[in-house]
Amino acid sequence: MGWQRKILVVDLTKGEAKAEPLNMDWAFQYLGERGLATKYLSEMMDPKADPMGPDNVLIFATGPLTGTMASTSGRYAVVTKGPLTGAIACSNSGGKFGAELKFAGYDLLIVKGKAKKPVYLHIIDDQVEILPADGIWGQTVWKTEELLKSKHQNPLLKVASIGEAGEKGVLYACVVNDLHRAAGRSGVGAVMGSKNLKAVAVHGSKGVRVKDPKRFMGAVKAAKEVLANSTGRKELTEYGTNAMIDVMQQFGGLPTNNFQKVQFDGTEKINAKAMMTPNAHGHRNLVTNKACFGCTIACGRIAHIDKEHFTVVNRKEYWLASGGLEYETAYAFGPVVGVADIDALTFAGYMMNEHGMDPISFGATLAAAMELYEMGAIKKDETDGIELRFGNAEALTVMAEKTGKGEGFGKILGLGSKRLCEKYGHPELFMGVKGQEFAGYDSRALQGMGLGYATSNRGACHLKHDVFAEDMEDQTGKGKAVPVKKSQDKVAMIDSTGLCLFVTAGWGLEDFQTQVDAACEGEWSVERLLETGERVWNAERIFNNNAGFTAKDDSLPERLLKVPAPSGTAKGKVSELGKMLPEYYEARGWSKDGRPTNETITRLGL
Amino acid sequence: MQKSLLIDPDKCTSCLQCEMACSFEHEGAFNPAKSRIKIFEFEHGRRAIPYTCTQCAEAWCLHACPVEALVRNQATGAVEVKEDVCVGCKVCTIACPFGTINYNQSTGKVAKCDLCGGDPQCAAACPTGAITYVDSDWTGYERMKQWAVKTDNRPQA
Ligand code: SF4
Repeated sequence: MGWQRKILVVDLTKGEAKAEPLNMDWAFQYLGERGLATKYLSEMMDPKADPMGPDNVLIFATGPLTGTMASTSGRYAVVTKGPLTGAIACSNSGGKFGAELKFAGYDLLIVKGKAKKPVYLHIIDDQVEILPADGIWGQTVWKTEELLKSKHQNPLLKVASIGEAGEKGVLYACVVNDLHRAAGRSGVGAVMGSKNLKAVAVHGSKGVRVKDPKRFMGAVKAAKEVLANSTGRKELTEYGTNAMIDVMQQFGGLPTNNFQKVQFDGTEKINAKAMMTPNAHGHRNLVTNKACFGCTIACGRIAHIDKEHFTVVNRKEYWLASGGLEYETAYAFGPVVGVADIDALTFAGYMMNEHGMDPISFGATLAAAMELYEMGAIKKDETDGIELRFGNAEALTVMAEKTGKGEGFGKILGLGSKRLCEKYGHPELFMGVKGQEFAGYDSRALQGMGLGYATSNRGACHLKHDVFAEDMEDQTGKGKAVPVKKSQDKVAMIDSTGLCLFVTAGWGLEDFQTQVDAACEGEWSVERLLETGERVWNAERIFNNNAGFTAKDDSLPERLLKVPAPSGTAKGKVSELGKMLPEYYEARGWSKDGRPTNETITRLGL
Repeated sequence: MQKSLLIDPDKCTSCLQCEMACSFEHEGAFNPAKSRIKIFEFEHGRRAIPYTCTQCAEAWCLHACPVEALVRNQATGAVEVKEDVCVGCKVCTIACPFGTINYNQSTGKVAKCDLCGGDPQCAAACPTGAITYVDSDWTGYERMKQWAVKTDNRPQA
């Protein structure tokens, strides 16, 4: 229990959908969501396959705790081979779609092949239809949801879809569900587009049961209390994740102007407090906070744009309230492109959600384009008349929209930073790993973060490890390898339960253990959970090794390895990746070229 | 003392813990599709509004039922469905002005909020205090208090 014990396999080439039993041996080994989808993906496709071709497999995966009363139980992951990186992609999302898929009776939805013409999936419990996307293909994410609900006269439908960005192959297009929650990174939306799959619309009424309901409810209640009383939780509820921008600014780890700087003049205009403070017209950016399914934190922000702002003054359709700034969007539309206009940032966020793109990759790609523009490598006649200079709010908002719609210079920005920098002859200006752009933390100030970025299986990512406390305490690379490895395993486990990483604001390992053990068949100790996480991490790594990745891909840009941080607490420091990496491989039980040894493979039963 | 559900939409974050708690209590599974309380979201989540039966004193549903399957629980004040009596004719769903009594295809009976026999699980599960269970005569107490404080114009210590 916990699991529905059933998966849905859709072959778009054949136009067939059929339910199959969940492989329970795999469920016991990989738990669910991220882990279980990794196992299925590895078994079902050749890791060398073209990510944008019909042989790539796209998996929507829930976890055993998805759709239960455990706090933050709304998560699902989209797992596939990512077109931005060529590595395994695993992007998870909240909102309500994931739980709904589970309520319809499925642990996983696996999509294979490619439809001849654009289609969408309509799933009502056991009834599954592959329907033509006429009149929906070409529409935005927001419009798609509206059209599907009215077409099927079903307000209870939950929708995950791609926007034009995904249709047009923006390499960091995402899958958006419930209007403003997204499986954001690595271009999972571009894969969906390459399959001619516009949307998945689902309603479920089967419910989710757990192994020992009484014990589960007790464990859930106790864990919720722990979370409710934790300071970290209270801050997330009140300020959202954007509270982080002040921390990073002070610390000097806030990537600014494409990582040329680590501190930004203007954070006070875009931080959590600025969102809550009325401007000169009395307009307050933040409207309210909002939870995903089952979440007792509610870090999500709902915001609106000042009607007088240049982005919307003549565009009433954007006067609505919608998803507001979080830390990563604030970073990606703020410091890294040098912009400190809160309404412009909020508008750029709307563009990401409406057209379906990853804000981190978009912002970081625009930042690289701005650096190339300022050095003269990109000329004004290429940029649709826009001055691509750091700090230009119009450049941010216009390019966000153009990229989403696949127009003008937006087409080039849609390639991502790595390909853009190569195109203009400056590959060294790409700030990322394995083709994926960095999130809002500088590896010179946060050493463990740098190691985490370099070794993350989906390319640069801040969410696959958690050594924040260690990094803040000690700014050297010493002793970071083991905590990075351990936290990667822990996060992989959390991502495989169906819960949100942010519960770690209050929960320790035991809080997960009590809930998983009461919900799922078998006995789940902390040790077994951590071993599961380690297995998941290594399975992802093996997928990547088989796709052609080696130790040389676990690297950071020269700017972080050789150019010292210009200010902040890490002033004069560079990333110590070179020292940390061998220690990390050793801690992992990997060879020097970054492959799990036979011993490790056997130990983890891979 | 009779108690009522007091709903404060301003506090609701739309987490659906209440819908899960309701379905778990009544169906033994987490299943919002079978919840007797529903959360309605407006404008990309600007507003989230919980809505359920208010247990009318003169209950339209109860009066409309031809087989007396709807009965008042004198202790809690809730109108409850006697499943063994209900014939699933759905007349009560037509009579209810608020839409809070609904047919359940899987049982062939109607379902509505019964205040969980006096310990409403939605209120117990709500993490934000958007749903509380208070003295029926004083559901307005907190709101009165909020306005009362505004009339106090003496300098605050
Ligand atoms: S549990 Fe409370 S906050 Fe959550 S949806 Fe229900 S009423 Fe709203």
